[in-house]
Amino acid sequence: MNILQDTGSYALLMKRVLVAPDRWRMFFRQFPKELEKLGLQSLPIVIIISVFIGAIMTIQTKLNTENPLLPTYSTGLVTRDTLLLEFSSTILCLILAGKIGSNIASEIGTMRITEQIDALEIMGVNSANYLILPKIAAFIFMMPFLVIFSMAVGLGGGYLVGVFTDIITTADYLLGIQYAFIPYYVFYSLVKSVVFAFLISSVAAYYGYYAYGGALDVGKASTNAVVNSSILILFFNLLITNLMLNQ
Amino acid sequence: MIEVKNIDKSFDGNHVLKNVSAVFDNGKTNMIIGASGSGKTVLMKSVIGLHRIDNGRIEYDGRNLPDMRMSDVRLLRREVGMLFQGSALFDSLSVLENVIYPLEMFAKTTKEEMVERARFCLQHVDLKEKSYNLAPSEISGGMQKRVAIARAIALQPKYLFCDEPNSGLDPQTSLIIDQLIHEITREFDITTIINSHDMNSVMEIGENIIFINKGEKAWQGSKEDIFHVDNEDLNNFVFASELYKKVKKANS
Repeated sequence: MNILQDTGSYALLMKRVLVAPDRWRMFFRQFPKELEKLGLQSLPIVIIISVFIGAIMTIQTKLNTENPLLPTYSTGLVTRDTLLLEFSSTILCLILAGKIGSNIASEIGTMRITEQIDALEIMGVNSANYLILPKIAAFIFMMPFLVIFSMAVGLGGGYLVGVFTDIITTADYLLGIQYAFIPYYVFYSLVKSVVFAFLISSVAAYYGYYAYGGALDVGKASTNAVVNSSILILFFNLLITNLMLNQ
Repeated sequence: MIEVKNIDKSFDGNHVLKNVSAVFDNGKTNMIIGASGSGKTVLMKSVIGLHRIDNGRIEYDGRNLPDMRMSDVRLLRREVGMLFQGSALFDSLSVLENVIYPLEMFAKTTKEEMVERARFCLQHVDLKEKSYNLAPSEISGGMQKRVAIARAIALQPKYLFCDEPNSGLDPQTSLIIDQLIHEITREFDITTIINSHDMNSVMEIGENIIFINKGEKAWQGSKEDIFHVDNEDLNNFVFASELYKKVKKANS
């Protein structure tokens, strides 16, 4: 019953969010702020995680596939495809669901319990649209850039393994990441990231918007936002993968 | 004038407001008083439309709020200003920006005129220029209330709602805030509704007082009438302190 009720409330909230803003000027004032907060401020964590995962993936692939029958480029190829297909979209979004999801839910939740949302409503402002739309739009706009950045930095992490260790040569790695490259994988990854960006920002905003009580309840709303958006990411990952790759 | 007719409101089977009817006069400070949990905040939030009532009518100069479409409710709310218990100032905006905000959303004037209007409102509530660029967290509770009043009157509302305007303030600042609300009500001819259980406020500025007890309207009258009422619940509430018992004795 709760799932049905939550789904209904979420749909009604989105109906209020996804309309033209009362004042475009106010939207375009909020939009760059959200780009900076949700996108640019996520860059450090994207860089750190992508470099390390790229490097670790290269080492593990090489060490676990020691076989003279396998071509030397296979390590680079596996690293590249794993980054392109799953890590830089799904895993990165799961990590960002924690960072961005809790940020959005706690910000909007605090505004709710301190009556700032009521104040907007009393003024006649569509508070859901004013507060949530710039966040969703900014995160959807920034996510493909974060994903492409993560792919590039992740591949760079793998390259550093070749530079600083003797596990793999840079020549083998570079050959691997260029071998049998399928550009469609990048497109597939970007499509997924846009869907996940919408899920993270809208689900977190939903839990924040309907938070009630005190500080403890805002914390609870943040936790629910992260957990539920993560579950939805995994579900939609399965769905989109089946739709786009199972041909 | 706001007229409330036979309204009921329940939450999960808990009947909070029971057949409440009241008239809130124009140009007067109308006060809703009652003990904690009596239903006065629910009544105020229902009148504003933050709670959807189960039955009854809420008429703003003849316009019935529950019958309105959301777009009409938004238009009506542009005629409403509200002072929240915790001020509800926007954290991310400065004092001046908080007052400019409703003007930016709805006023069709130039930026210069908006700033001028915001400054006028802030000067009206006696806020010094040096505080205009501070964040709400950098000013005192009393100053926050003043900013909230300035924001509430920025769009020249016809109706002003104040939810516990004195909560968390010292007696002297409370008195200043009360007088400020009273002056604004008179000066701009606003229908003001104040939700309070501060008897000092009631005696200071209460012109039309509505006493809510256990979700029902138990009494309505003026502050002069209150000394001569034979209502046990009201007398227990209003004259709970020794000071007010003495005041009542002196008056009677």
